[in-house]
Amino acid sequence: MAIRRGRGVAAINYPTGMNLGGDPTQALVHSTPTGNFMVTLSSVDLGQGMKQIMAQICAETIGVPTDRVVIDTADTDTGPHCMGTFASRGTHRAGNAVIQAAKEARQVMLEVAAEELEVNASDLETDGQGNIQVKGAPQRSISIFDVALSAHFKRGRSISGRGMFLIPRSYPEKETGAMKPSTCYAHACTVAEVEVDDETGEVTVLTVKNVFEIGRALNPKMVEQQLVGGSWMGISHALYETTEPYYPSRDHAGTDFNQYLMPGPGDLAETEIIVLERPSADGPFGAKGPGEMCANPQIPAVANAVFDAVGVRIDTLPITPERILRALKAQAAS
Amino acid sequence: MAKVPVQFTLNGSEKAEFVESGTTLLHALRDKIGDTSPKGGCHQGTCGACSVIIDGELRLSCLTLAETCGGADIRTTAGLAEGGVLHPLQRAFLDGFATQCGFCTPGMIMAAKVLLDHTPNPSREDVVEALSGSICRCTGYEPIIQAVLAAARANSQNAA
Repeated sequence: MAIRRGRGVAAINYPTGMNLGGDPTQALVHSTPTGNFMVTLSSVDLGQGMKQIMAQICAETIGVPTDRVVIDTADTDTGPHCMGTFASRGTHRAGNAVIQAAKEARQVMLEVAAEELEVNASDLETDGQGNIQVKGAPQRSISIFDVALSAHFKRGRSISGRGMFLIPRSYPEKETGAMKPSTCYAHACTVAEVEVDDETGEVTVLTVKNVFEIGRALNPKMVEQQLVGGSWMGISHALYETTEPYYPSRDHAGTDFNQYLMPGPGDLAETEIIVLERPSADGPFGAKGPGEMCANPQIPAVANAVFDAVGVRIDTLPITPERILRALKAQAAS
Repeated sequence: MAKVPVQFTLNGSEKAEFVESGTTLLHALRDKIGDTSPKGGCHQGTCGACSVIIDGELRLSCLTLAETCGGADIRTTAGLAEGGVLHPLQRAFLDGFATQCGFCTPGMIMAAKVLLDHTPNPSREDVVEALSGSICRCTGYEPIIQAVLAAARANSQNAA
């Protein structure tokens, strides 16, 4: 009986979005009279940072500071349609819709500015600080505040735009069954080191080293936050958590936090995160969906590390001490 | 059933309420007084989201009866900022990206405040121990641990 050490590696591909009856998201953008921009969405911020990212995307497209953009995700009854915040699709689908809407709004904004400055709209550019200026002659400029006032009270224009991003439904080919169930794959690779006590079956994760390829990181600190949390969650899925409450019988399943266990602050493995940025062709500014992907590779990596440590293949999650001991017993018997 | 009068101090302000006997402090704070900073997660004392400070000690407001709090000095996350300036713990959580969905954050900050009040220069182990009664789904805890350590460093620099 001994503590045995093992190392496991796993790599995954993870899709963005899904394929049911098509995968649409809409966005509407309009300016207030003082030149702030409202983005109306039915996509919801669950804490993953949707509002911040959509504000960045809208601001970058229109050419204003991020704090001039307000994201309204208030009401799925009245907002423009979105399939929802799931399948790691929020940044990709809603982001593309926001870009389209913001481009249209920007065009109207430039047209109003052109009338005020008595120039052609195609000769105008934004300075990113809240002003519009003539290309090559920045002294000829007007603030977006004044452009919005002019649009509202003088020109009778609505500085607004509509955005629609749709991944059409993919039907399987009759002969092969091949289809395109999703788009824009993110990738990850994890190496996990574990110690397995072959007397008690307990697994301790020592280190987790993750590399994530997530397209463009639109907000690097928030991406890091998601990946660190996701890596922890992956270990939790591997060793502690279970879908048992849902099927097939929940008679002996955990019903509260006393029984449904998750690793706490005292159970953390030494975690390393490396981000690879390979911008996607169809993502907003190259972004993919790193949301759920980041919690997956740790699971097979831990399972492989357990195999490396004690020579048993556990193919049912979570990898509990009981399952390891049963497998060791079966191995000894055979 | 007759309601019970209860008076206590919440974040420095006198509060007086009539509560039904058996009302939890969490319910009284959120639904009667309107301080929604303590969160109702599990309502059975296992998640820590409802943590508040009563007379200097960390308490689970979901397991504390309001009528037992007469005369108590109760502190919640809503009372930490002074004149619009965030408490060093709030600042450290913000700067360190130690909050994601935010539901556990008030309980984490209350637990950390009690720790720093008693142990201004905690070790990592002290922080882990102090946070161990609070569950977080999003962050993987490490950013929270780092934020508490950063707040302790900021406090000691200000004191020096």
